[in-house]
Amino acid sequence: MNEIIKRIEARPVCGDVCSLRTDDFEFAFASDLMSDVLRLTYEKTMLVTGLCNVQTIRTAEMAEIKLIIICRGKKCDDQMFKIAKECDICLLETNYSVYRVCGELYSYGIKPLY
Amino acid sequence: MEFLFEIEGANFSVAGNASSTIKRALKQRNVDPAKIKRIVVALFEAEINVVAHADHGTIRVLIEDHQVQMFVKDFGPGIEDVKEAMREGYSTASNSVREMGFGAGMGLPNIKRNADVFEIESVKGLGTNAHIIIYL
Amino acid sequence: MKLSEIIKNLDLVVLNAANEDADITSAYASDLLSDVMGNAQAEELWITMQTHKNVAAIASLKDIPAVVLINNGKPDEDMLAHAKLENVAVLVTNLACYEFCAKLYNLINCEL
Repeated sequence: MNEIIKRIEARPVCGDVCSLRTDDFEFAFASDLMSDVLRLTYEKTMLVTGLCNVQTIRTAEMAEIKLIIICRGKKCDDQMFKIAKECDICLLETNYSVYRVCGELYSYGIKPLY
Repeated sequence: MEFLFEIEGANFSVAGNASSTIKRALKQRNVDPAKIKRIVVALFEAEINVVAHADHGTIRVLIEDHQVQMFVKDFGPGIEDVKEAMREGYSTASNSVREMGFGAGMGLPNIKRNADVFEIESVKGLGTNAHIIIYL
Repeated sequence: MKLSEIIKNLDLVVLNAANEDADITSAYASDLLSDVMGNAQAEELWITMQTHKNVAAIASLKDIPAVVLINNGKPDEDMLAHAKLENVAVLVTNLACYEFCAKLYNLINCEL
């Protein structure tokens, strides 16, 4: 996970990210629209998104997604941290765009889920 | 087991609380995870619809031995054309709702996909009622 | 990389041809219109699943030469009409966002 964090210049902001192993996450899914996220079923998937609000966390909770990468330099608020902690969801923030994060993750070996 | 939630229109900061409560309750009852996923997605989308479109509403959830029933009732503009609304991509959401990450026109189709029974009726200018059943 | 090469390499379906000579060095993937308004740069490709008229209007305002609709998105009629009017290319891919961004990023970066 540290390797991924370095590649996308991310900051862990919630959850014990460093204890996560990269093979816990084989896939990635990118979307800003939460109903798009809810259309599908996920395993070992990280969510890449520019949507930075409570609904991102709630959607991840419903979809059983355990790692969210918040892009575009957005900052999570206290309410997001509270719900993420309750649901055991790890959050990373990065200034990189969704586009760039996807590119970097892919060249690292994270596969598309769909 | 019965739950009743009051849903406030346009309050996105608490939207999803009902679904989260039900998810916990279902986990405690050891319901099959795949069923939990279907139930909470259907419920979440219904909850978001009330928040996104209506003035206010209620959601009643009945967890029974063989099924989970959800009764969603809202007071709001109603759905003019339910058939159209069921089409993926069709949305009447305002720009502010789209900015929240919703309004892509997949809410009702997502409910339908996950439900065993999905009945919806609406009166323009009054509101919408939905009845969702998922068998356990 | 020229837009025409991107279209060829990534098998994009062209619904409105325009700006095929545009030199694309980056892309912006977002479905949040205010994000795009605030952050997308001119001459970037816009990758989205939104298919309504506002997409064409915003692309034109931001000097975005082409919009790529993911997941085989079908643009609304008035979106396509507006894109034609404003000379914004409308392209479609059957890939989802992550995969399309990933492939485009690596395609463009390999060339640089």
